Amino acid sequence: MSEEVLQQVTPGLIPGSGTARAAKPTRLSASFISWLQAGPMMLVFLAFFLIPLVFVVIVSFWDYNEYQLLPAFSGRGYTDTFEGCIAQLPDLCTIGKTYLMTLKLCFMVWAITLFVGFWVAYFLAFHVKSKTWQMGLSLLCTIPFWTSNVIRMIAWIPLLGRNGLVNSGLMKTGLINHPVEWLLFSEFSVVLALVHLFTFFMVVPIFNSMVRIDKSLIEAAYDAGATGFQTLVNVIIPLAKPGIVIGSIFVITIVMGDFITIGVMGGQQIAAAGKIIETRVNALQFPAAAANAVILLAITFLIITMMSRIVDIKKEL
Amino acid sequence: MTETTRKIGVSRRTLLKGTAGLAGLAAGSGAITGFPYVKSADAKVLRYLGTAVNEGDDIAKQCLKDTGIKIEYITATTDDVTKRVMTQPNSFDVLDTEYFSLKKLVPSGNILALDAKKIKEFNNITPVFTKGETPGGKKIGGQGTAPWKVLYLEGKDSKKFATSATDFVTLIPTVYNADTLGIRPDLIKRPISSWSELLNPEFKGKASILNIPSIGIMDAAMVVEASGKYKYADKGNMTKEEIDLTMKVMTEAKKAGQFRAFWKDFNESVNLMASGETVIQSMWSPAVTKVRSMGIPCTFQPLKEGYRSWASGFCVSKGVSGAKLDWAYEFVNWFLSGYAGAYLNRQGYYSAVLSTAKAHMEPYEWAYWMEGKPAEKDIKAPDGSLLEKAGAVRDGGSYEDRMGGVACWNAVMDENDYMVRKWNEFIAA
Repeated sequence: MSEEVLQQVTPGLIPGSGTARAAKPTRLSASFISWLQAGPMMLVFLAFFLIPLVFVVIVSFWDYNEYQLLPAFSGRGYTDTFEGCIAQLPDLCTIGKTYLMTLKLCFMVWAITLFVGFWVAYFLAFHVKSKTWQMGLSLLCTIPFWTSNVIRMIAWIPLLGRNGLVNSGLMKTGLINHPVEWLLFSEFSVVLALVHLFTFFMVVPIFNSMVRIDKSLIEAAYDAGATGFQTLVNVIIPLAKPGIVIGSIFVITIVMGDFITIGVMGGQQIAAAGKIIETRVNALQFPAAAANAVILLAITFLIITMMSRIVDIKKEL
Repeated sequence: MTETTRKIGVSRRTLLKGTAGLAGLAAGSGAITGFPYVKSADAKVLRYLGTAVNEGDDIAKQCLKDTGIKIEYITATTDDVTKRVMTQPNSFDVLDTEYFSLKKLVPSGNILALDAKKIKEFNNITPVFTKGETPGGKKIGGQGTAPWKVLYLEGKDSKKFATSATDFVTLIPTVYNADTLGIRPDLIKRPISSWSELLNPEFKGKASILNIPSIGIMDAAMVVEASGKYKYADKGNMTKEEIDLTMKVMTEAKKAGQFRAFWKDFNESVNLMASGETVIQSMWSPAVTKVRSMGIPCTFQPLKEGYRSWASGFCVSKGVSGAKLDWAYEFVNWFLSGYAGAYLNRQGYYSAVLSTAKAHMEPYEWAYWMEGKPAEKDIKAPDGSLLEKAGAVRDGGSYEDRMGGVACWNAVMDENDYMVRKWNEFIAA
């Protein structure tokens, strides 16, 4: 993502050297070349993202029955989704509860991945001197992606399950008498799995911002008498902000839409915005699923807009 | 179907082989003749869309040997099979699906009923499908989408189910079974005889149900009825009030921490049970066998309120005609001629034509699987692996006892849309 942004922001820089030499008779304009560069990605986006998205929005306003879509305007997908939201007050309706849970998980995962990811990136950027080691160590963070969800599910039971390693270890040390149940199929296990998966998405952009911090700035802060903490708060964090925001956007968008990990680790008993969509699709209720997808998109978009208000990514890059 | 991932290994393998074979055929013929379609038009190929239950490499191989028809499996989950019929009716020839999907499939007009007169063994199909009773004359519970309610159409292109027998059959029956709760007798240590035990606080945090709304709610209804809270007119077709009531009972249990996890696929159910995370849960017969083959005691427990049953069968896509339709009939006739039936019986399912399957099984196998007698010799799966040692008796006993004990059938309710919304509410609670 950051690469695309880079290309769009700095179109003039890249063609400069190439065109000067090659283009004598027909000199391609810089803007044409930058269109060429951005074009393929734009076409992919148009064909596989924007157009389908338009269809999703259209279908979300259709009606349906047990076996087909009825292309007539209907708000049923939306009204059904918000069913009981006013009538059940002060209790939350289904969609309210679902989003509350999704946001809660999202916030916990975001806070933990940010904390962990920041320090991993800090370590990589400032304590690991060799470029090779920096590369090697950051590749280690991708290990969780080497396994599939099914494998992970099978792997977590022997570890966190009722008769798993952690429980039997704790029982042997005499810390507990009965197995601890909340280790698995709980909010705890969901957050654990998501953090374990997605900290990587935090580490990479923050690391990327940090290595670009001019070391002389840190020396200057030190010479001016700043403590380590003051340097961190006043120099490093502000300069690492773009990385923090990009990492946060990655983590938040992924967790908002996730239902597989939440389902597997939550024992299918924890609601997720994506899960509602899946249930609806499986019941062939496409307009209702589309309406839920539009709602999810709107909420995620809102969060990201708020975040980019805090930091102007374009400017900072 | 519910059966989707019972044999995920097999299905994935056959799927891969199928696609590879198809690619190979296309590439090979193209390279040699330059007319890729000439060869495929000569070969008798049927694209077979279905869930993994009826599919097996051995069945496809035997079929090719006996009839020259090459079966190309397209394997998907029940939901995805239905979705595919709705959205891409030309992407398959033969459809293998469950009776309860018919309420969605028939009105769509995307499937073609088969002619009973062209099915050789049609009159030998078990009366479970045609009359709703066992061969021994036991009446079978008809709640839900019982096959005999949706077996016939009024006419060739009709979208209405006929109330009496006609020549137009929606699905030619192939396989069915009776499902119940699986338990871990070594951890429960006492007899279990009722569905109500699923919500017994004794098993708090150790119970599980199926996370497929239309089936999960029927298991829930069995529990509600067994605990004496309510008696349904039809568990497979509840009113909104009945759905509310059922989900309320389940929500209370969920909030009280009764359920360890809900499961959706075969392997999940096996893992939950084998690891001892759950000791009582809705389950499928081959999953119980799998747990047992790992050396862990597991019983497919017959319960006094009866079984929840399911059944599936064959029809063809509306796009199938001419020679292809003839092959489809040839294939369905072959399927009912015994080899496939015996294969399915040996996995713990039941075949639609019992007489032909019996002819393809050893007498001791038939006695164990169908008559509920103790196994005279070791019982082996179709792939040769050991399922039960000599002396074992099948859980639930004979065909008569198990099918005769069916209380209700997998179903799609009239209030399906409302039910799905309530199910989401239940998950969010």
